[in-house]
Amino acid sequence: MAADKVDPIHQFHIIKLIPIKIGSYDVSFTNSALFMVATVIVAAAFLYLTTSSRSLVPGRLQSVSEMAYEFVGNMLRDAAGTQGMRFFPLVFSLFMFVLVANLLGLIPYFFTITSHIIVTFGLAILVIGTVIVYGFMKHGLGFLKLFVPHGVPIYLMPLVVAIEVISFVSRPVSLSVRLFANMLAGHITLKVFSGFVVSLSALGAVGIAGSVLPLAMAVALTALELLVAFLQAYVFAVLTCMYLNDALHPSH
Amino acid sequence: MANKNRPDGTGETGRGNQHDAEIRDDDLERRRRELEASLATRLPNRLEGKDAKPVTGYGQALKLSSEFIAGIVVGVGLGWFLDRVAGTSPWGLIIGVMLGFGAAILNVLRSAGVVAEFGQGGKPREPKE
Repeated sequence: MAADKVDPIHQFHIIKLIPIKIGSYDVSFTNSALFMVATVIVAAAFLYLTTSSRSLVPGRLQSVSEMAYEFVGNMLRDAAGTQGMRFFPLVFSLFMFVLVANLLGLIPYFFTITSHIIVTFGLAILVIGTVIVYGFMKHGLGFLKLFVPHGVPIYLMPLVVAIEVISFVSRPVSLSVRLFANMLAGHITLKVFSGFVVSLSALGAVGIAGSVLPLAMAVALTALELLVAFLQAYVFAVLTCMYLNDALHPSH
Repeated sequence: MANKNRPDGTGETGRGNQHDAEIRDDDLERRRRELEASLATRLPNRLEGKDAKPVTGYGQALKLSSEFIAGIVVGVGLGWFLDRVAGTSPWGLIIGVMLGFGAAILNVLRSAGVVAEFGQGGKPREPKE
């Protein structure tokens, strides 16, 4: 019994559910893939079912859907103007995907897909790819003005442009690192404190009495994680809007 | 507007009957517009406030550190990649670290809102109305 120590990292292990191999590539259906599918199904089913009645005075669930819609819509309009609304489907999908994935991850024994940096990095690449492709499509080479600040002396230009380019390229990295780090750190903390409850209560009566403290902490952390889950989805969507704004208006 | 909200002809006043009466579409529309207008005066401040200063110090720390790490990682990555391609080792890495460090500091200052955003001359990001 004492042998199975509480391992806070164990929850992030990728398990192959259905091993698939195409050529030399491993495209197995893993628990991560399973929860991505679950996230999409939950988000789509929720939106579809809650809005299917389309009553003028919304019920509780319908108003949740409408709030999500207006929340993202206003966010996008504030950050990128009415022109930005053409990206609404992208931003709304990203927001709902990240939000539902974060919230599903809070359920015990569920896998948190956003705690893997490759998933968040994939989402960030999607965003920055959209920005670059749309920016060049709309403005042509004028998009490159993004990297040239006004009023910089000509002899400093190469240095400044190099730094601006690196700063631009680092955006998807920081976007993905932020979401990933928040989810990873939160879930490890939660697991460690819950682990204290188990290992303390193995010590007998005194331990059980003492384990109330980490238990209370775990409850409080769960509430905090709920907030973080929402906040990180919000931050991800807001930054997406800001980056799309750069694609729409490279030089204000 | 006037013909839709005409009195029902019973001569009654007060709230009782009004409550039962069917709520007209344009009346609802007007009320919705009024509500949105009054909400709009508060909403930008709330959103902008949330954006400018995150709710917790923990959130702020993660935000700034991720910006910093990303800048250096990308600088080093680009430098290392150039070295691999052009065979200029170790100069690409050295310059990459330095430029990456500069970009990281720029990221952090930008994210803290004390330096101009991309392509916006010398003024820091202004609150969106």
